[in-house]
Amino acid sequence: MAIISFRQVSKRYPGGFEALKLVSFTVEPGEMLFLTGHSGAGKTTLLKLIAAIERANGGAVLVNGQNVSALRPAAIPYLRRNLGLVFQGQKLLFDRSVFDNVMLPLVVTGQPYREGARRARAALDKVGLLQREKANPVTLSGGEQQRLCVARAVVNRPAILLADEPTASLDAAYADEIMEMFNAFNQVGVTVLVATHDRQLIGKYRKRVLTLDHGKLQ
Amino acid sequence: MRAWLQHHGLSFAQTLARLARSPFATTLNVLAIGVAAALPLGVYCVLGNLDSLSRNASVDPQLSVFLARDAAKADIAAVEARLKGASGVSTVRFVSRDAALVELNRAAGMEEVIASLPQNPLPDAFVVRLSTSDPALADRLDLEFKSLPKVAYVQADSAWVRRLDALLRLGRTAVLLLSALLGLALVAVTFNTIRLQILTQRDEIELCRLIGATHAYIRRPFFYLGSLLGLFGGLAALAIVLSGLTVLNRDLAQLAHLYGSDIRLRFPDSNEMISALVAAVALGWLGAYLSVSRHLLEAERD
Repeated sequence: MAIISFRQVSKRYPGGFEALKLVSFTVEPGEMLFLTGHSGAGKTTLLKLIAAIERANGGAVLVNGQNVSALRPAAIPYLRRNLGLVFQGQKLLFDRSVFDNVMLPLVVTGQPYREGARRARAALDKVGLLQREKANPVTLSGGEQQRLCVARAVVNRPAILLADEPTASLDAAYADEIMEMFNAFNQVGVTVLVATHDRQLIGKYRKRVLTLDHGKLQ
Repeated sequence: MRAWLQHHGLSFAQTLARLARSPFATTLNVLAIGVAAALPLGVYCVLGNLDSLSRNASVDPQLSVFLARDAAKADIAAVEARLKGASGVSTVRFVSRDAALVELNRAAGMEEVIASLPQNPLPDAFVVRLSTSDPALADRLDLEFKSLPKVAYVQADSAWVRRLDALLRLGRTAVLLLSALLGLALVAVTFNTIRLQILTQRDEIELCRLIGATHAYIRRPFFYLGSLLGLFGGLAALAIVLSGLTVLNRDLAQLAHLYGSDIRLRFPDSNEMISALVAAVALGWLGAYLSVSRHLLEAERD
């Protein structure tokens, strides 16, 4: 059964802008795919619909067989706990350490502290930031901050990882590093959906590519 | 369950730390709440004192029944029998016009005045003590005695007590209104304080929502903040009222000394103090609830 499934999904923002028009596709569990298109094509909106940050005006968005657009507000947090989100505008908290930033999803979902701390350190180790756990995120470079976001997204062991332009502000070497991490997570079974307009990066991987053009899937 | 307790402990500690980080703003907020809560509490205490004063004064309710000048011995006996027979009467004492004149004579400066009168101007009278201080009973007997033959006038000595009672009732209503208004002010103060706190933590709240925090999780630290503000405000209010009463008592002691009596204002008892604190905490919590709910609703709409 598909882990993500869009059926004739449309999204119109207040004011009349149509971000998505009758989009349909499915993603199998364990798959990794790219979502591309010009800026304003609807990539971010599509990801937001999966995480129930926005609601579709028409059609159905199914995640794990659940219709996300019809979810009760009280059920939304539990949907998001299955998702790892790496979004634009990183949203790191600069009033606490690198370690505490990664701990946050575990605290929010009620993990016991000791077990949580172990998992947080494991996630930091995976992205190569374990030595910096006591640092303030402000002191990290752009690439390190993005890696911290990745660590925070995967610390809860989500089934699905959604990334929106994760390499946008990084130079090529850092960008490759991040993509390699996503690839590694995919190899251990995580479903990965990466939105990017970087064609060069996409070319390096033999993965399925969804292309959006003015809200329509090509 | 353990994680849940851990989070409660954590948000409580974080809230305390947050309050301690901005001591000046915290003190001002606590003072605003304290003053708002001190007003009704203080008025309530003073009223409570007047209330007990009026109860002490009315333990001895009595009616004076004055007879007509032309009342004969037989009339007096008939009235006395009726007075003694009325329900709610405890004792009846007869004061004859001659006895009353002797008593008046004893008052300084009255002798000459009385000596110049051609005859005794005083009527015979009965002093009737009532069994209870119920104002309704006094009213009923007042009417009943007035209608007896040869009774000229009935004076209810408890009239001023009733007036005080009515005044106190007015005061109690005023306290209720004042409490309601200032309770509203307390909710408004915490609402705004929490709102400011929410705005400074906007990014954190937004992020928590994205990584699967429930509304209960997001609300929790703010509930602690609101309740703590209420608690500290309530303690400030108690401090204000208690020190106010102490100062008043010192002045009152001097005044009472001059009148040769020993009146002092009673302090609120522990039950009343605990109720005041509980009310302040509850109102702080309410302010926090309204503030966070409003923010979450707004956040959901974008």
